[in-house]
Amino acid sequence: MRIFKIIPIIALLIVVTSVMVNGQCKAFAKKECLPELENYTHDGNYHAAVLVEGEEAELYKTFYSDMEYRIAIVGDEKLPVIEFRILDTNKNVLYSNKDKDFAKTWDFKLEASQQLKLVIKVSSFNQPGDTPSSGCVAIMFGFKLKK
Amino acid sequence: MNKKYRISSGTIMVFILILVLLVGCKGGKTPPQEEIPVRPPEDNAEILKDIKQAEKIFQALPSPIESAMLVKSAGGRFDESLLNPVGNVNTYVTNKSMALNLGAYTCDLSFASLYEQTQLIIDYMNAAKKMAEGLSILDAIDQETIDDLEENINNSEYIMDVVSETFLNSNSYLEDNGQPAVAAMVLVGGWVEGLYISTQLVDMNEFNGNKLVSRIIDQKLSIDILINLLSKSKGNPAVDELLTQVAKLKIVFDKIKLETSPVRPEYNQTTNTTVLRSEVKTDMTPAVFKELAATVTEIRNSFVK
Repeated sequence: MRIFKIIPIIALLIVVTSVMVNGQCKAFAKKECLPELENYTHDGNYHAAVLVEGEEAELYKTFYSDMEYRIAIVGDEKLPVIEFRILDTNKNVLYSNKDKDFAKTWDFKLEASQQLKLVIKVSSFNQPGDTPSSGCVAIMFGFKLKK
Repeated sequence: MNKKYRISSGTIMVFILILVLLVGCKGGKTPPQEEIPVRPPEDNAEILKDIKQAEKIFQALPSPIESAMLVKSAGGRFDESLLNPVGNVNTYVTNKSMALNLGAYTCDLSFASLYEQTQLIIDYMNAAKKMAEGLSILDAIDQETIDDLEENINNSEYIMDVVSETFLNSNSYLEDNGQPAVAAMVLVGGWVEGLYISTQLVDMNEFNGNKLVSRIIDQKLSIDILINLLSKSKGNPAVDELLTQVAKLKIVFDKIKLETSPVRPEYNQTTNTTVLRSEVKTDMTPAVFKELAATVTEIRNSFVK
């Protein structure tokens, strides 16, 4: 009968521990990505996930003509460099950080409001037989009023 | 009980310890030589196949802070009567109503902060705190945050940073704890509140060329993002109700013309900034605007009632 008393404790521990693990991306985002926004006001939204080498993620967001924006995309140090591209609704590439030595941030403003797509890819150093590494990747947006 | 099948508490504690250590190590900064391979190397092709299938897609609605900033930048005035009264806090008892109103109160709080309404900032921060606590969001807004706000009540930059951080704490808690439906509802509550306030601030006598009207038209660009965000939690009864309401809003937004020319990026080396050049053609008649305002009001009132 004792086992039945202990099962809820085990379940609780599993829940608490998994919360601690997931919370690591939040802590990572606040510690590593947020400072990259510098003097831009963070919009308060949270976009972070554990990605694996070679994995891609997409993000859709509307950007407004009244604002100046900074996009910051930072990956865990265990991961290879993070590539990101910004595309318009016609799939034209407007920016690629590959052309800027894999910069973590991009500053821009718009003449007209647009919905843009961000494509984020964790590069791969993976050789056959290697186990791909994984880690948090955080995406944050900062804004300020256009001067 | 047969002795053979008995599990001693010591065995269970060892099991728990191993479990905690194994789970706790995931995502930590373990040196490479200590890493334990999760699969044999020959399974790599399979892993990479799984990765491709598990592609992540984020739908980013404007946050309540951004919505409030857009209204202010378009010249909207502050009108306290348009905010959701803080006296309503005790009427929200379901997860859905608390999530929607956490978003709405954060939007109202952002308005109060941007227009330097010092007493309202404290009141709305407390209202948002109550909603976050109701949703069991741990440490999103603690008493220390409220005390710091009171001490820095005239520092608008500091206040916006606090509002941004508390909102980040709330939505990251929900996302990281497997509650994306609640996280989506918080965002929807904030977005609808911002849209409601902006539609109410439009003076119909100054409709043509009104900057606020342009910002409202821009929200058409986010309606599909909103639907996609909610659709990820389709099947959740609260989300399904919201999808029905949002569908009404989309019908009205579909009546608004919004066409943009191809985007031409221009990089300015001096400022290290890119300007995305494009032209936009929009058309929204006063009749469609009134229909939009009425639909938004109906939805918003159902959230805050």
